[in-house]
Amino acid sequence: MTLGLINANPVVHAKKKRVARPLDDPHADDAVDPLEIYDIVRDIRDPEHPYSLEQLSVLSEESITVDEKLGRILITFTPTIQHCSMATVIGLCLREKLKDCFPAHFKVDIKVAPGSHADEEAVNKQLNDKERVAAALENPNLRQLVTECLYSSEL
Amino acid sequence: MAKPTEYVKHIESYVDSSSSPSQQAASVDALAILLRNDLLTLEALVRELDLYLTTTDSIIRSRGILLLGELLTQLELKPLSDAAIHSLIGFLTERLEDWRALRGALVGCLALLRRKTDVGVVTENDAEAVMKSYMQYLQVQSMGQHDRKLCFELLECLLERYPNAVQPLGNELFYSICEGIDEEKDPQCLILAFHIVEVAAKLFPDPSGPFASYAADIFEILGRYFPIHFTHPKSEDIGVSRDELSRALLLAFAATPLFEPFAIPLLLDKLSSSLPSAKVESFKYLGYCAPMYGSDRMAKHGGALWSSVKDVLYTSPESALSVESESDGGMIFEESDIMVEALILLEGLMQQNSDLLLDMILGDEDINNFICSFLKPWDIHDTPLQLRQQLHSVGRLLAVSAKSSMASCNRVFEKFFPQMMEALGCSVGNHSDESFATEDRALSSRFNYEAVSGNAQSSFAYTGVKGLQLLATFPRSFAPVSLLLFENILLKLVSAITSNFDKKFSWGLELKALVEIGLYIEGYQESEKAATFARIVVDKFVSWISSDEPAMPLSLKMQAICETGMTGISNMLRIVQGMEKAISAKFTQAYVDGNFESVELVIKVLECYSARVLPWFEMNGGSEEVAWNLAAIIWDKIDNSSSVNLTVQNYELLGAAMTAMKQAVRRCSQESQEKIVNRAFRVLSASTLFPLKDSPFATSLSNSEDSYLNHHVDRVSCRDEWIISLYASVVIALRPQTHVQNLKMVLQLFIMALTKGHIPSAQALGSLVNKLPSKTNERHLSQEYGVEEAIDVILTSSIWNFCQSNTLRKCSLFGGGNEIHNTKCLAGLNHTSVHISAIVGLAWIGKGLIMRGHEGIKDITMTFLGVLLENTNNGDFPESCDPIEGKEQEVIPLMKSAADAFHILLSDSEDCLNRNYHSVIRPLYKQRFYNSVMPLLLSSTRQSNSIITRSMLFRSFAHVISETPLSAMISEANKLIPLLLDSLSTLTEDVMHKDVIYNVILVLSAILMDKNGQVAVLENAQAIINQLIGLAAYPHMMVIRETAIQCLGAMSELPYARIYPSRTKVLQAISKALDDPKRAVRQEAVRCRQAWASIASRSLHF
Repeated sequence: MTLGLINANPVVHAKKKRVARPLDDPHADDAVDPLEIYDIVRDIRDPEHPYSLEQLSVLSEESITVDEKLGRILITFTPTIQHCSMATVIGLCLREKLKDCFPAHFKVDIKVAPGSHADEEAVNKQLNDKERVAAALENPNLRQLVTECLYSSEL
Repeated sequence: MAKPTEYVKHIESYVDSSSSPSQQAASVDALAILLRNDLLTLEALVRELDLYLTTTDSIIRSRGILLLGELLTQLELKPLSDAAIHSLIGFLTERLEDWRALRGALVGCLALLRRKTDVGVVTENDAEAVMKSYMQYLQVQSMGQHDRKLCFELLECLLERYPNAVQPLGNELFYSICEGIDEEKDPQCLILAFHIVEVAAKLFPDPSGPFASYAADIFEILGRYFPIHFTHPKSEDIGVSRDELSRALLLAFAATPLFEPFAIPLLLDKLSSSLPSAKVESFKYLGYCAPMYGSDRMAKHGGALWSSVKDVLYTSPESALSVESESDGGMIFEESDIMVEALILLEGLMQQNSDLLLDMILGDEDINNFICSFLKPWDIHDTPLQLRQQLHSVGRLLAVSAKSSMASCNRVFEKFFPQMMEALGCSVGNHSDESFATEDRALSSRFNYEAVSGNAQSSFAYTGVKGLQLLATFPRSFAPVSLLLFENILLKLVSAITSNFDKKFSWGLELKALVEIGLYIEGYQESEKAATFARIVVDKFVSWISSDEPAMPLSLKMQAICETGMTGISNMLRIVQGMEKAISAKFTQAYVDGNFESVELVIKVLECYSARVLPWFEMNGGSEEVAWNLAAIIWDKIDNSSSVNLTVQNYELLGAAMTAMKQAVRRCSQESQEKIVNRAFRVLSASTLFPLKDSPFATSLSNSEDSYLNHHVDRVSCRDEWIISLYASVVIALRPQTHVQNLKMVLQLFIMALTKGHIPSAQALGSLVNKLPSKTNERHLSQEYGVEEAIDVILTSSIWNFCQSNTLRKCSLFGGGNEIHNTKCLAGLNHTSVHISAIVGLAWIGKGLIMRGHEGIKDITMTFLGVLLENTNNGDFPESCDPIEGKEQEVIPLMKSAADAFHILLSDSEDCLNRNYHSVIRPLYKQRFYNSVMPLLLSSTRQSNSIITRSMLFRSFAHVISETPLSAMISEANKLIPLLLDSLSTLTEDVMHKDVIYNVILVLSAILMDKNGQVAVLENAQAIINQLIGLAAYPHMMVIRETAIQCLGAMSELPYARIYPSRTKVLQAISKALDDPKRAVRQEAVRCRQAWASIASRSLHF
């Protein structure tokens, strides 16, 4: 018997249409904006289900803020249920993905939305602790799970 | 009887696990044949198998039992005695306990249980024993996929064929079902599992029976699968499609009303998802389950169901305007799948319990208010799309409600119809009779309800259109419409178009309605109406052209005029007449005085001619008269005016006139073209450009040096420029057969003009040399010149003399004393612009030659090369050797224009020398030129040691390769790639080459993508990667960086060993690109980085 799923049947939402940005505008302000970050992380697969974080409403464009001058990115995500033990894995995936896709000088903060998780404080602390993140990614099982979520072809 | 030795070897071969699957299958078949033909009895076989069936070696035992099972499967149709069946099923039932040899037992049991009655079947007692053994020993979820499937098949078979045997087992049975199907994920097994639940539920319909107590548990397991989400990309791979699975689950859901307390809340909950497929599924399931669960059970969900249906249909309707709906006033919608399913559900619910739902629908405040708000006059054009969608949905909603029964229809009508009709009566008096008539008829027969509901919906939808569109559709219906009414309709539409131009949507609709009416009349040959249409609409529109009334933008006016004209040839001719008049009236004003409004009008009319009217006539087989008239009018006007006022608009006007002239002339026949060209020449010869002096170049070039720097306008009057430009346009568009008079004079005139930077003249020269007949015998008798003579005249003229003199034929023979004089004066610092114009002109002439494959191109190519090489290598240009800076300042633009001449030579031009303008085009001319010029360019590059020369040579090279088709170059990719890389590294040193670099990198990427280029790419992989890394940081142009990174991404597909050494370097370069100021580059970088990182491992660390 496999272990029971934490949220066996989550409500799935539609993928939003990708907003095509106007092309070939040489004077467009191409600074990093929330939509760009969202486009990168929306397709991360959920650790439990073959749906993207976007489909499960874990992430939205509004939950991302970015300050390019200071080089800071803040992502707030909402786990599907209060006791989701996958929250940390989702956070880890976000961190890995952003590390791959943005230059190193960006400081990334990842938090769960206030009130959306039973252990909010602990999760936030864990996700923003460099050493714990590094240690987690050295764990082969976790590393494999994160890789699967990031590069899954199931979606 | 077969001898034991015969079949024992088959048995051994099957049991032996080292034999191949095909051998094993063959042995089974052989044994089955023996058994079927009674050459071997089952008894004897079992006795022979004895040891294999009971041995302690589990592998052999499992093979033995599997053999028995397989044989039983093959013998399904062979009659067997009850005793034999009893003992066999007894044995196999027992073996279910033996998990090591389970498969054989499952296969055997299944085979026996599936037997038909006439060949001997398993008794119910035995079946019960199988069921008990199944429940006791089988842990379905711990088995492999195939075994699970067999287990499910066994269970399904027992439930279906032996209901009496399994019924007494009750609770235990359901426990085992729950345990078995829990967490199942394989699609094939799932279909079986769903079916098992369906059958089991039907077996125990008793609301207080064993199923009732397990319904919650079973539904919890089933509910997780809803909505079915399929992650397998191809359903063929697994033999089950998503729809099949969904259907099976649907049947399981609907199998028993006992599921109702669990299913309906789940389905309603899933409706809250924003995923359209989930909504569609939910509605589908609800629609299917509702009748199964019965109206009593559904009644308590009525409110929730109505609110969800209302939500989908009314609150946020997702219907799209259908394609054909625009002509009907934008009121025909295509419903989304969700809406379709919701309507089906509503229909089902209405039939089940119409009173309850009707109360809710008719009592719904929102719907009532919504309908009331539409009962007063409104304008559909001002109504936002969502409101119109809602209107449509409410119409459908009422239609479905009314459709379900006589009583409900009456209720709907009582409530809404009088109001609606009242509103209709006010706004479209003429139309409502018909609807009323249908209403009367409708009440009598049920069949017509549908029609009326449909009608009510459409009339309702049209209520607010204020008659316009309705009336517009009138002539198309078969109802007879009096001419008077028709006139009124047209007048209304015209007046609406006149006043409504600021409302874009409605304006378009009204115009469209008019066009439709026009097309209809044309299609049905209604002469009276056609006359009315022409009088009211076309003439009215035509009168707009030159009047200030109405005050709508000119572009809209022209659009209206053209579109109505396109309804038929007679209308178009009327419009053309109007346009010709307008041109005649305003052209002089525009062209002489530069009157702003006239200029704008004439420009628009001319554009309309070239873009719409002339192509329309060509498509619809109209005469060339229109084209000929246009050309004639323009030449008349030019001829009659004496001076021109030069303004910026005037240049625009000239551009529009030239385009119109080219478009008109190219559509004329040879005779008309000759007439036009002669007419044009008369104007030309009357201008101040003539008489040409004996030595026009000497005088014009040596008169005053400054003049070239100032502007050609000073030298050539504006009127002359007009004349020569238009004349050039005529020449460009001529057919090859058309004879041009006074060719020598024309040639000289064009040569003179091109030295002043007049591009059309150069293009005209190119067209001339392209089209002139090549041999004397082909020539028209009166044709004084063939192409050879023309080339002689062109190339021997003295303007090319600054180029290396021996490259052009006969240079020294022609010109005599003038030559020396000219060389000196041309060599002066101030004449660079003349030289550049000359080179550009020569390039166009070369283009004409190259396209027909004429040998003369060699000389011209050599001239360009000469300019590229001579100026720096010999250091004798200019003669008065200035300091380096001065020299470069002057030489570089000249060399650049020589290099860019290759671009003109090979690129396709919209303005001239293409199929539209009847050019002579030799097949594969680009390839030929590529093959002949490449060696020259290569050797020159090798020889030159000046940086500037090299970069300019590479610029020429870049132009050549970017215009040559890839297929011509790919076979030599091996030689080409190093050159490409050399050129990239040379060209990146100067910003001015950035466009060219982009073209080169596009060629490179094309080679990378091409299969035939792979070998060459592999050989140069390292060098290519290094060059691309450099370009990924090219600061001056974003697309270059983007394309370079794309190419790098493509390189990652090459064999591992080749590219691995570069991996670190690439990743480092790309991580810099992640910080690029341009988003497109960053996104490309992310993709590329991923591709390169994954060639070794997923890790990005390096």
